[in-house]
Amino acid sequence: MTIRIPVGPQHPALKEPERFIFYVEGEQIVKVIPRIGFNHRGIEKAMEERTYLQDLYISERVCGICSNVHTACYVLLVERLMNMEIPERAKYIRMIVLELERLHSHLLWLGVAFHEIGFDTLFYLVWRDREIVMDLLELISGNRVNYATNTIGGVRRDISEETKHKILKGMKLLLERLKYYRRLSPEEQTIVKRTLGVGPLSTQDAKRLCAAGPTLRASNVKSDVRGDEPYLLYKEAEFQTMVSDLCDVLGRILVRIDECIEAVRIIEWCVKNMPDGPIRQKLPPIFKVPENQAYRRVEAPRGELVYYGVSDGSEKPYRIKIRTPTLANIPALCKMLENQHIADIPIVVASIDPCFSCTDRLVFIDIEKGKKWSCSMPYFKHLIKKKFGR
Amino acid sequence: MLEKLVHWARIRSPWILHFNASACNACDIEVIAALTPRFDVERFGILLKGSPRHADILVVTGSVNRQVKARLKRIYEQMPEPKFVMAVGTCACSGGVFQHCYNVYEGVDKVIPVDVYVPGCPPKPEAIIHGVVKLIEKYKRAVGIIK
Ligand code: SF4
Repeated sequence: MTIRIPVGPQHPALKEPERFIFYVEGEQIVKVIPRIGFNHRGIEKAMEERTYLQDLYISERVCGICSNVHTACYVLLVERLMNMEIPERAKYIRMIVLELERLHSHLLWLGVAFHEIGFDTLFYLVWRDREIVMDLLELISGNRVNYATNTIGGVRRDISEETKHKILKGMKLLLERLKYYRRLSPEEQTIVKRTLGVGPLSTQDAKRLCAAGPTLRASNVKSDVRGDEPYLLYKEAEFQTMVSDLCDVLGRILVRIDECIEAVRIIEWCVKNMPDGPIRQKLPPIFKVPENQAYRRVEAPRGELVYYGVSDGSEKPYRIKIRTPTLANIPALCKMLENQHIADIPIVVASIDPCFSCTDRLVFIDIEKGKKWSCSMPYFKHLIKKKFGR
Repeated sequence: MLEKLVHWARIRSPWILHFNASACNACDIEVIAALTPRFDVERFGILLKGSPRHADILVVTGSVNRQVKARLKRIYEQMPEPKFVMAVGTCACSGGVFQHCYNVYEGVDKVIPVDVYVPGCPPKPEAIIHGVVKLIEKYKRAVGIIK
């Protein structure tokens, strides 16, 4: 007997509204149908109606967690459309903020993942460590989220000697904590029991379904835009791509912690090698961009982010197209969930680090009896516990 | 007597429900950050709940698009009385950067009544906590505990 369970679109923890329909047989999931679009705000259309500089602020608000990577990709795109070079120092500052953002995003995810497997102590510890990064970001940009550091032609704020010092200090502290989590994760039974072999995605499937980012690298595919097609200064920084051959949720945890450690190394490299000089090339607030088209890709914390733009010689873009990594990961997610247990839904869904997550309000429909009822996630978890003892 | 106890409990420990009505996530992570060790609103008895049936305060972030409108209404209707709504973020207050987008309603108050507005893009956790305090004051005034 197949039961249909729609999940979403509201979630207690965080992230965007989203909806999945799970077809389950007993405790096993047979099929998953995703339903997206609860967060559609018409950003691409809005971008066509505003000037290039105004679009910068809209692109920042595509996603609040990886806001800086969106603006970075957008300014790289516009700079390519205009054939513009930016000062060296700006590149370093951009990279520092990009990697700090990756740290904050991965730590946020790590906390959520531990929360989903019921390990709330670690959730709070990780989020406490994340505040180190948030403080640094606030110090550099003046805001905790949505930093608005990038601008067309460079960056808006400089990093002083004192700030540099604070960054290095913060990174040292964070590195220690990260190494601790790296050691802990594959050993701690509470984590291993809930993640090893859960949500499998073979190398073949990952390639076939075009997964992206840490989800792809955890399936043992060495692919990272920072390594494959280096932008800014990733080539000079000798960036290493992290992979794991575990192909499951544990692999995704380890890849992300490794990436955090690598991010710390890159930030330290940037701070130490930063040259003096101007930080931006001034542009008037309203400027025209010559007729052109361009395409840029960067590595967001969740995977490859693509911007494609067409300019028509006016002060507004003709078309901007954005492809975000979560969209690329949804087919892979559906594959991972097949033949898994209902109790593992939250962690498997969380494991792709989706920009949505809605395992909260469920509606159960018993197809044979035609009955329909709903309950909240805590009650659902309680039911699972009562029935299956896990 | 019993009524007094209920008022006391509501003031001392309001439970909140967070709903993301097409926000950009930044406001949401700040709402969550307010709950984690640095800011820790749990020490004031404020708890995040998963079900609308348990909640006193609905925290809405985001600019409310056409898809999510019906769900937001339904969640609001499911909450028991007395219920309060907090609009967190400029989006939720007025539409913010998404004003004039074809798909958004530009503000939570176009769909459900709002008690407290917390502007900012995103507001800091301190601001969100301040909003909750203001809301509690409002409640106190409504039941006649303070003038
Ligand atoms: S107010 Fe700003 S930060 Fe908050 S959801 Fe809207 S755009 Fe995002």
